[in-house]
Amino acid sequence: MSSERVAGWSETELGVEGRVLPVVCAPQGVLSARGADVDPTSAESVQLAADLVATMRVSPGCVGLAANQVGVGVRMFCVDVTEHPKTRTQHGTFVLCNAEVVESSRNEKAREGCMSVPDFTGDVKRASRLTVRGQLPGTGETVEFSTDAFEARALQHEIDHTDGFLFLDRVAGAHAIYPRQTYL
Amino acid sequence: MSTDLYAVTVLGHDRPGIIAATTAGLAQLGLNIEDSTMTLLRGHFAMMLLCRGGADAAAIEQALAPLAANGDLDVAVRPVTDEPTPAAGGSAWVLTVHGGDRSGIVSAVVAEVAAAGGNITDLTTRLAGELYLLVAELDLPADADSAALEGAIRSAAERVGVTATLRPAEADEL
Repeated sequence: MSSERVAGWSETELGVEGRVLPVVCAPQGVLSARGADVDPTSAESVQLAADLVATMRVSPGCVGLAANQVGVGVRMFCVDVTEHPKTRTQHGTFVLCNAEVVESSRNEKAREGCMSVPDFTGDVKRASRLTVRGQLPGTGETVEFSTDAFEARALQHEIDHTDGFLFLDRVAGAHAIYPRQTYL
Repeated sequence: MSTDLYAVTVLGHDRPGIIAATTAGLAQLGLNIEDSTMTLLRGHFAMMLLCRGGADAAAIEQALAPLAANGDLDVAVRPVTDEPTPAAGGSAWVLTVHGGDRSGIVSAVVAEVAAAGGNITDLTTRLAGELYLLVAELDLPADADSAALEGAIRSAAERVGVTATLRPAEADEL
């Protein structure tokens, strides 16, 4: 069962040490270009998967990170919504390569932010029921699983990154963008 | 009672109490506030409101004069006429443009909207560091070719080094 396989996956399977990489911000072009499909079994992919998880782990509040956010234009991202209060179904930490949405339904609007767009948040409508398909790094096995609520939102946000879209490209309207508050 | 409609604009240095002072002045004259919008533009206070009532423009200006007394706020009052409700039948869209800041981004993109007969109904632009962002809501006439417009907008955006997406404005009827 793919869902259990994804939930049971962890970065220790990769067998390499992840490195913390600098996160790039808009308007860097790599964020607005669709990433290249990637071979999930290659040594480069395995290292990148470990790097994404390591970078996510050290970034406060980060629940997902796509490869183009660290300047690499390939279709790979990691997600971990375990600690988030809006999470219902969750699959722990995982990395997906060449992921795509198979099915989506029940749109809900919520406010999103992004490490690559540090100055804004925005209201984005996304499906709260989602089925995705992708490949695990290392083994390259194809997994397909369903999720909901916050993990569904995080997955759509990350898949958008791999397609070259930011949440800014999905905001609900002219008054759905908010400067992020900074208190000195 | 008169049904004269006035547009009141207040622009300038932001501080607490501007809206309270403005609306108190209008309330004193028995004016009824209808549509209004207020925001901060790079920290500058910017408000426009439409109010209706029996006072004339000179009386409103006089009531709001203390607001401008410090010289850091501009207050303007002018009579406006009621606008007809636009005909339905077109379609509503949301346009996002973002990329590296440079001059000419807005004009390059909105020129394509205008050329297609599109009417922008709401617009926000923001500059944060190097990132320039535009989000617009627009109405297209019923016979507009939205795919052609999207292509034209994308090409225009590319010419000024930014990216653009055009998508239907979704409204869930409950």
